[in-house]
Amino acid sequence: MTGVRVAGVGLTHFGRHPERTGRDLFGEAALSAREESAVPLEDIESINYGNFMGALAERQGHQAPLMAEMAGLQCPATRYEEACASAGVAVREAVRTVRSGEADVMLAGGCERMTHLSTADVTEGLATAADELYEIRAGTTFPGAYALMARAYFEQFGGSREDLAHVAVKNHDNALPNEYAQFHRAITVDEVLEAPMVSDPVGLLDACPVTDGASALVLVSDEYAEANDLDAPVSITGSGQGGDHLALQDRENLAVTPATERAAAEAYADAGCSAADVDVVEVHDCFTIAEVMALEGLGFYDLGEGIGAARRGETTATGERPVNLSGGLKAKGHPVGATGGSQIAEMTRLLRGDHPNSDHVEDATLGVTHNAGGTVASAVVHVLEVDR
Amino acid sequence: MTDAGYDDWLEAVDDGEGYYLACPEGHGSLPPRRVCPHCGSTELDQAALPAAGTVETYTVCYVGGPDFEEEEPYATAIADFGDVRLTGLVRGMDPEDVTVGMSVEARVGTNRTTGDDVLVLRTR
Repeated sequence: MTGVRVAGVGLTHFGRHPERTGRDLFGEAALSAREESAVPLEDIESINYGNFMGALAERQGHQAPLMAEMAGLQCPATRYEEACASAGVAVREAVRTVRSGEADVMLAGGCERMTHLSTADVTEGLATAADELYEIRAGTTFPGAYALMARAYFEQFGGSREDLAHVAVKNHDNALPNEYAQFHRAITVDEVLEAPMVSDPVGLLDACPVTDGASALVLVSDEYAEANDLDAPVSITGSGQGGDHLALQDRENLAVTPATERAAAEAYADAGCSAADVDVVEVHDCFTIAEVMALEGLGFYDLGEGIGAARRGETTATGERPVNLSGGLKAKGHPVGATGGSQIAEMTRLLRGDHPNSDHVEDATLGVTHNAGGTVASAVVHVLEVDR
Repeated sequence: MTDAGYDDWLEAVDDGEGYYLACPEGHGSLPPRRVCPHCGSTELDQAALPAAGTVETYTVCYVGGPDFEEEEPYATAIADFGDVRLTGLVRGMDPEDVTVGMSVEARVGTNRTTGDDVLVLRTR
């Protein structure tokens, strides 16, 4: 089985671009990835594209062929949808396609256009990742669902909103030098605690923003990279995916995310590594509590221990295992269908040494990305390693 | 919109004859189901929903979607009814007074914005 290398990454700025179409956003990211990779257009064999709510937000279904066109490609194109993990699964399937020998070069990524919608319409659109009959009709919003999990976590394991505030402060700090990030604003624990409540105990500064943006990656086989003398030092060496019941009420425990555990176990086994080998992490922190549950699900902390990680300084830029050096979804932004690709683009930059935060992880060889859909009814984990 | 299975279930809850689907392994689930989501069993029988449940977690939502404009702020809770949990709007009390461990019963109410039926959890 061939290895898979990241030959090029492309990102748009993540933020408020209400006037820009999704097709233009993805076109920009795809062109950047292609240019960075130096792979000729005609060598790209197919495109895997992640998008969640484009049919609601832009009244545009059937987006994948449109996005191929915007990338200048005349090749098969498929949209992957797994809520906020859409790009994660798009990349995962591209990795599997290259490994299988079906293709040597794939373009994978995703896009979401969101900020042109009203808050109520965004809330309604995002909520469709939950169970329509049993959750949405009972008023469950996306922040509300994570609030239900956060309170369940507090009840079972302890911890406080102040612990969670440290996650937000950390991720805002990490976003400061990131040119692609939505927020370039340091915040304090007090500001997080005093921010308006969205869905108790999730406050406005516990939540990721509404974001427009796109991500793209050119993935190639080892053989292709070598034959074409590509500068592609980062490989995707592990990939895993886990699932769970869609509705929270059907889960065994509301404060844990077994889909993440399953995805991580598969990805670590695939890469031949363990949680202890991981130097740097990008996790799906759509809300501060989500980062905590991700760190526990990925095996870095026992249940109930992850909530203090940011407060103790273990996951900060100067900590023993930095988490979300990109700023995470929290501060870099969360264009939902683009996020899984963005995490891999950011991890690639961090490991290559050309990310503004690379200095914090200059000896890192192994990074993990974690992308989750809904309340983690879907989770995708990737292991990335760099040639040193 | 008609949602066969779900609508019947909601009507039964409204009539005080709430039920869930039980498989031989003792797993509970809610309709419409052909298969137990926990073990794959196709032997699903209706079992009576306990009269009382216990709030396991809740949130007070200040920013709802368009279908909840007339409701904000409102509490949504997940309550444990033994073999199943139910997610519902908490009514009959100030949303900020909801507590974990509170005893509730399942009822059917009306969404104040859309007029649709909604599962309601009320203190007993």
